[in-house]
Amino acid sequence: MATQSSANSQNKKKNNKGKVKWSNLYTFSCFRPPPRLAEVGQPGFIRVVFCNDPGKHRTKPYKYCSNDVTTTKYNVITFLPKSLFEQFRRVANLYFLLVAVLSVTSLAPFSPLSLIAPLVFVVGISMLKEGVEDWHRFIQDLEVNSRKVKVHIGDGKFVDRPWKVLRVGDVVKVNKNDYFPCDLLLLSSSYEDGVCYVETMNLDGETNLKIKRCLECTLRFDEDIKFSKLKAVVKCEDPNSSLYTFVGNLEFGDEDELNSSYSLFPLSNSQFLLRDSKLRNTDYVYGVVVFTGRDTKVVRNSMKSPSKRSRIERKMDYVIYVLFFMLLLISLIASVGSVQYTDQEQTVEQWWYLQLMYDTDASFDPRKPFVSGFLQFLRALILYGYLIPISLYVSIEVVKFLQAMLINNDQQLFDEMSGKSVEARTSNLNEELGQVEMILTDKTGTLTCNQMEFRKCSIEGISYGGDVNEIVRAASQRMNIDIESYRFNLDGDESVSTPRDSVEMVEISSDQINESKNSILDGEHDVKNLGATGIKGFNFRDKRLMNKMWVHGSNVWDMMMFFRVMALCHTGIPVENEEQSGSHKLKYEAESPEEVTFLIAAQEFGFQFCRRTQSSMFVKEIDPSASEVEREYKLLNLLEFSSSRKRMSVIIRDEFGQIFLFCKGADNIIFDRLGDGGRTYQHATTLHLANYAEDGLRTMVFAYKKIKDSEYEEWSSSFSKAKAIIGPEREELLENVSENIEKDLVLLGAVAVDDKLQDGVTECIDKLAQAGLRIWLLTGDKKETAVNIGFACSLLRHDMHMFHLSLSRDVESKNQLKAMKDDILNQIKASYQVTTNENTKEDPFALVVDGKALEIALTNDIKDDFLQLAVNCASVICCRVSPKQKALITRLVKKYTGKMTLAIGDGANDVGMIQEADIGIGISGMEGMQAVMASDFSMPQFRFLERLLIVHGHWCYKRISKMILYFVYKNIVFGLTLFYYELYSRFSGDVLYDGWYMVMFNLFLTSLPVISLGVLEQDVSSDICLQFPALYQQGQKGIFFSWKQIIGWMGNGILTSLVISILNVYILSPSAFRKGGQVVDIAHLGVTTYTTIVWTVNCQIVLIITHFTWIQHIFIWGSIFSWYIFLLFYGALPYSKREYKLLVEAVGPAPMYWIVVLLVVVISLLPYFIYMVIQRSFYPMDDLVIQEMKHGRKVVVDDEMWLREKKSSRKATHIGVSARVDAKILYLKDQLHKKRMFIIKSTTNSPIRRSITINTLENRD
Amino acid sequence: MFFGYLLRLRRNLQLLVIEKLKPPADLLNASAVQSSAADGLVVADDAVMNEVTNGASKSKRISKKPQYSRFTQQELPAWKPILTPGWVITSFLAIAFLFIPIGLVSLFASERVVEIVYRYDQDCVPEMYRGNVTAYIQNSLTNKTCIENITVPKRMDPPIYVYYLLDNFYQNHRRYVKSRSDKQLRSAAYEFSTKECEPEARLNKSRVSLPIVPCGLIAWSLFNDTYNLIMKEKVLDINKKGIAWKSDTKVKFGSNVYPKNFQSNDLIGGGKLNESIPLSEQEDLIVWMRTAALPTFRKLYGKINTSLEAHDTITVVLENNYNTYSFGGQKKLVLSTTSWIGGKNDFLGIAYLTVGGICLFMALNFILLYVFKPRPLGDPSYLSWNRKTVN
Repeated sequence: MATQSSANSQNKKKNNKGKVKWSNLYTFSCFRPPPRLAEVGQPGFIRVVFCNDPGKHRTKPYKYCSNDVTTTKYNVITFLPKSLFEQFRRVANLYFLLVAVLSVTSLAPFSPLSLIAPLVFVVGISMLKEGVEDWHRFIQDLEVNSRKVKVHIGDGKFVDRPWKVLRVGDVVKVNKNDYFPCDLLLLSSSYEDGVCYVETMNLDGETNLKIKRCLECTLRFDEDIKFSKLKAVVKCEDPNSSLYTFVGNLEFGDEDELNSSYSLFPLSNSQFLLRDSKLRNTDYVYGVVVFTGRDTKVVRNSMKSPSKRSRIERKMDYVIYVLFFMLLLISLIASVGSVQYTDQEQTVEQWWYLQLMYDTDASFDPRKPFVSGFLQFLRALILYGYLIPISLYVSIEVVKFLQAMLINNDQQLFDEMSGKSVEARTSNLNEELGQVEMILTDKTGTLTCNQMEFRKCSIEGISYGGDVNEIVRAASQRMNIDIESYRFNLDGDESVSTPRDSVEMVEISSDQINESKNSILDGEHDVKNLGATGIKGFNFRDKRLMNKMWVHGSNVWDMMMFFRVMALCHTGIPVENEEQSGSHKLKYEAESPEEVTFLIAAQEFGFQFCRRTQSSMFVKEIDPSASEVEREYKLLNLLEFSSSRKRMSVIIRDEFGQIFLFCKGADNIIFDRLGDGGRTYQHATTLHLANYAEDGLRTMVFAYKKIKDSEYEEWSSSFSKAKAIIGPEREELLENVSENIEKDLVLLGAVAVDDKLQDGVTECIDKLAQAGLRIWLLTGDKKETAVNIGFACSLLRHDMHMFHLSLSRDVESKNQLKAMKDDILNQIKASYQVTTNENTKEDPFALVVDGKALEIALTNDIKDDFLQLAVNCASVICCRVSPKQKALITRLVKKYTGKMTLAIGDGANDVGMIQEADIGIGISGMEGMQAVMASDFSMPQFRFLERLLIVHGHWCYKRISKMILYFVYKNIVFGLTLFYYELYSRFSGDVLYDGWYMVMFNLFLTSLPVISLGVLEQDVSSDICLQFPALYQQGQKGIFFSWKQIIGWMGNGILTSLVISILNVYILSPSAFRKGGQVVDIAHLGVTTYTTIVWTVNCQIVLIITHFTWIQHIFIWGSIFSWYIFLLFYGALPYSKREYKLLVEAVGPAPMYWIVVLLVVVISLLPYFIYMVIQRSFYPMDDLVIQEMKHGRKVVVDDEMWLREKKSSRKATHIGVSARVDAKILYLKDQLHKKRMFIIKSTTNSPIRRSITINTLENRD
Repeated sequence: MFFGYLLRLRRNLQLLVIEKLKPPADLLNASAVQSSAADGLVVADDAVMNEVTNGASKSKRISKKPQYSRFTQQELPAWKPILTPGWVITSFLAIAFLFIPIGLVSLFASERVVEIVYRYDQDCVPEMYRGNVTAYIQNSLTNKTCIENITVPKRMDPPIYVYYLLDNFYQNHRRYVKSRSDKQLRSAAYEFSTKECEPEARLNKSRVSLPIVPCGLIAWSLFNDTYNLIMKEKVLDINKKGIAWKSDTKVKFGSNVYPKNFQSNDLIGGGKLNESIPLSEQEDLIVWMRTAALPTFRKLYGKINTSLEAHDTITVVLENNYNTYSFGGQKKLVLSTTSWIGGKNDFLGIAYLTVGGICLFMALNFILLYVFKPRPLGDPSYLSWNRKTVN
């Protein structure tokens, strides 16, 4: 590796601006896994790529797939058969198809149209939707496939070609901020040493840039023209889905020596550029295509989008099965009955008036009883098909469409900032929203806004920027009353302690509370002011540091050193700030966003890092004399940051020739390396660090050391020596050497950076936790970051038992699967023991898993143990997980726990998870549209989840549940009355009602009320839903669509149908029903029965609905009214057969008709009404009680009770802000109590008190 | 599930504004039962006002924001009935107080109806044929006349309706019900439309021969027993006019349609028709063609306009022609008066009284419950989270 001191590369060519050799800033790169060269050529490693010679890949065996990526399900030809097949995989649809086919034969009791039309509607719309969705995918593919990239066409010429024509072996040139069109092998870049920066946000959600570095041997191909001569062969692994590995080698021949000597170079992941990642901070790169199209790793990580069905709908399938069974049963009864009557020797004789032997009807042929029976069976299947309501499917479609419309149009789900609102992209999962039990969320871009902010720092043991922790503030606010009472108690308590003492006692844990008290007094607006400073990445307010006030402080020297570390110990470079060139403020780019915030902060404090050259850094400093000077620091060495070192150092020489080592890093690492003289502030700093960390801030400790010239010389030579070594031990050696200099440091202080959360995330998580939802954080980011965010959004707190699942290092290095499994399994077992232990059972637990450990933990044999542990923990955080792992976790959690899962994410790396979860939500934020495209709902901000789930989800769940149950009820009522008539008509299959009645039933007479139920029903209004998150648990428990409910409603339906049939028959049939002596015929009985059904089912829905707007009233009463209107019109038609003038002539004037209807309707509804009354009186459900509390009282809200219940309705949870506040209060009270006890003890035991008591006793005597 | 795309389309078009906006004052004055929180509405209205005042320049930005309407924000004023004990007791009492009088009135009406039911199918078969009734009834040569006496139990005021009652006769059999041609019955022009009438459609059962009018099994199996009533040696006049529905005689049965080829096939079913009288005046047929809903049914035979005194003896001279013996059906003669609920129908009144009684009982129960163990409305101790802690 090149170092700073190797000047030869620097002299080779004039650097133009921007061609800073970034890699030179790094002295070494540790722990890159050594390429597993030996495996190349083994099975699984047989891909051969002829670089710059794509022609060779035209024919087998080197013909690989094209770069044309298709994500569509269908094409023009396969669309019809495939989508039809999909549609008729549903049992219900198949049944409807059967019925539709039968309906065109003579068997059908109704017109074919009434059966075929709804089927066509349902199937047609599903197919249309599939088609449109696929069309969208097609358009998207087309757009992606026709993006342009520069491809080498020979003789050093590069031309624009669409992505899809790329072939393996092509050499391509990718420009800054472009996506890589396929998986590439990096040949060279605009930087001289062949590095380039890649943003892999789409793959793993990580925001920091990754460095890729080409091989030395291909470094010289850095101009277009040079590629005419490139000849090389890559042999590498076969396509696979592992994003973080690449194994292969490059056979590279020098063109001068003409094939004579090929040398072999190992390739690793750091030469490998992945499709869909983005080139950043690098002008251009050259690369050779290795994997194309569906061979690329990202495509292999993607999954086919599954079509999702809601749980209720799946359960509805079982309901349909039950109904289908019922249907088969009654059809069988009908057909057996019919055979029984037809297949008798004497039948023909007996039932002479039927003339069964003449002009026989196939359904009643005594000679072929079984054929007749079968035909009767088919007819019955169609006739009693009302039990399996196709209209239910149609109505559900309509209702869900309207529900989705209401969600889309909710103003409170609209984000003013982005101008977007929550959008239901598929409407078939609305009710799922009300049953979610588990949320799997991405971090970057979902919880956080991908923005770092400098928040606090601790210099010399003094904390700055310290606005009070919100938790403490909330806790102390709530405790205020308690504190007062305590004080009162103590004051009154034997008057030993003075008021002064009690004030001290309130100041319990450090000075925080004191400040918090002040802030309470100052009021809320003060806190708000602390927020925005107007500078991006800098959210810091402290008068002591701002506006150069620090120069008046006591220890200016240490302050300056602190700011110098901030301004010098980094890898960033300044970029011109075009917008605000007047203000002389610079913008920075660096490897990680944290470094950028440090630079910005340093600039605000007066240490503006303004230039970097190969060997020097320039900083505009504020001298204690308060004048600004620009100082040059010679950069001697840079000891790079790595995940194992967890620190970074620079060695610089200032203008006075003094050599300093500036170091920043993780607290424990730095504390280990402090010198004896450098620990002055360690205690205070540790305290501050703990406070920062509890707030979820990312902390870093700064330290420095002054190095004597001689010491430096000595070390420098050993460092150079170590660098010169080539071989595997080099890295280790370098690390050891750098450790030699990074010791005896002097602690300066610490900084805290906030990974800014999106608006309202904490509150939202709090509410969701109270509603009983579990939240898992799955992120591709590193563990520290993930844990920080866990704290920031209150998923973690410090009094939790935290289990860290990760591979121990020695096991990991051995790379043996068995050992790794054992290691992980032991960890899991041990942790699980703790969670089930009696003493600690009630404590909150948290589990933090790292990607590699997760990979092991999710293998088949131990995944159950893992999940068992995971569900016992209040919160789970998985870090460094790949997109595929995210999807895998989602699937396993779904399968293992059987709970409804919701996945929310914003990037392409979340697509798998979004598709896998029961509900996928895409954040329509800054990132690409992949997540949104794959999602079921899209929302601009995480916080909308609260309203979407707790209000809309709750409503939709109840609405759909009630609607389906009612629908089942209503169709059972209607269908069975048809069947009972069969028993009266000798199983001949005659229909009591006119054909038009049958059509009207589901079409007009009962459809609108049920739709209004499904769209407008509200058990409680939205604000109450939000106030009582416990109501959400009704959905999680599924109590509104449980089998108890389903069976109950079926039973109610059967009972009602019996009541209706029997009463009508028994009252109407025996004698005349009018004063004129007329008796009922089929039409009269039919119309009366039908009227009672219309009244009954419509009045039943009145009992179900709890929320009547004018729409419900119009629909319900209108439906009943329209039945009479229909009868009137239908009866007026001269060609209606037996229904002619039915209402006006026959039943209308008969009082009997009306009183029968009244009687039957009341009797039919009475059982349900009594059930309802008893349930409400003795076993009321939460929503009913809350309704009563809200609306049933004269005094609208009994405030105190309301508030109390609001609070106690929260589910006991360990996560969320409120839980943390509660825990804090508990802790503070505990402290207070202890202190009080201590004082009492000390006073009672104190000699003075003893003497006093003795004295008093003596006095008494 | 399917409508995601339509949704977006709709949003773009913004066609559907279900409810017009109302001024804020209206919103606030809305009735007390209205569920939405008042301040929520005010805020929303402010937004609306802003939208109005901002004018055209900002309209493009705002246009993406869902428009406010009470419908789309699900804030329509609503009546939220709560089933309080008061409501429960009231509704039970209401039903009871409605049903018990109705029950009493209809029971009273039913009691006033006098009904004589006389089964004659067995008595009217001569002893010698009792072993083989079918042979007797199918033999056209046997004497079918039968004379029986019935006694009037109570005074019967005119009009007295004469019915015949058949039992176990499935007029509602599917094959039977559809075997008629309404067209043919209505107009002579449709004489040939006999498609639905099989197997009694055409003469000689061949499809090309002359049509039977009226065709079909129903007409073919026309009931043909006849009754003559004699009281005190005087023939009681049975008026056979006006026993059919007006709509039948006026519209459904044509005045220009005359019976043709009726009962001319080998197999003779029931009664014959006078070919010189149009169908619209053949009321026996019209009544018969109104197929009964159930296998046991009565049909009007005629009306008697003289009153019958209690203990009067009526001699019935009847022609026992109709074959119900093969399927074991009963034949009865019914004389009945009517009231406003029709014929004798105790069941209706009893049912009303029962339901009313049950409701009264429930109401009393709940009143007692309310008096002795009142349940406070919205008692928070019933909330699930509170119940858990108690347990």
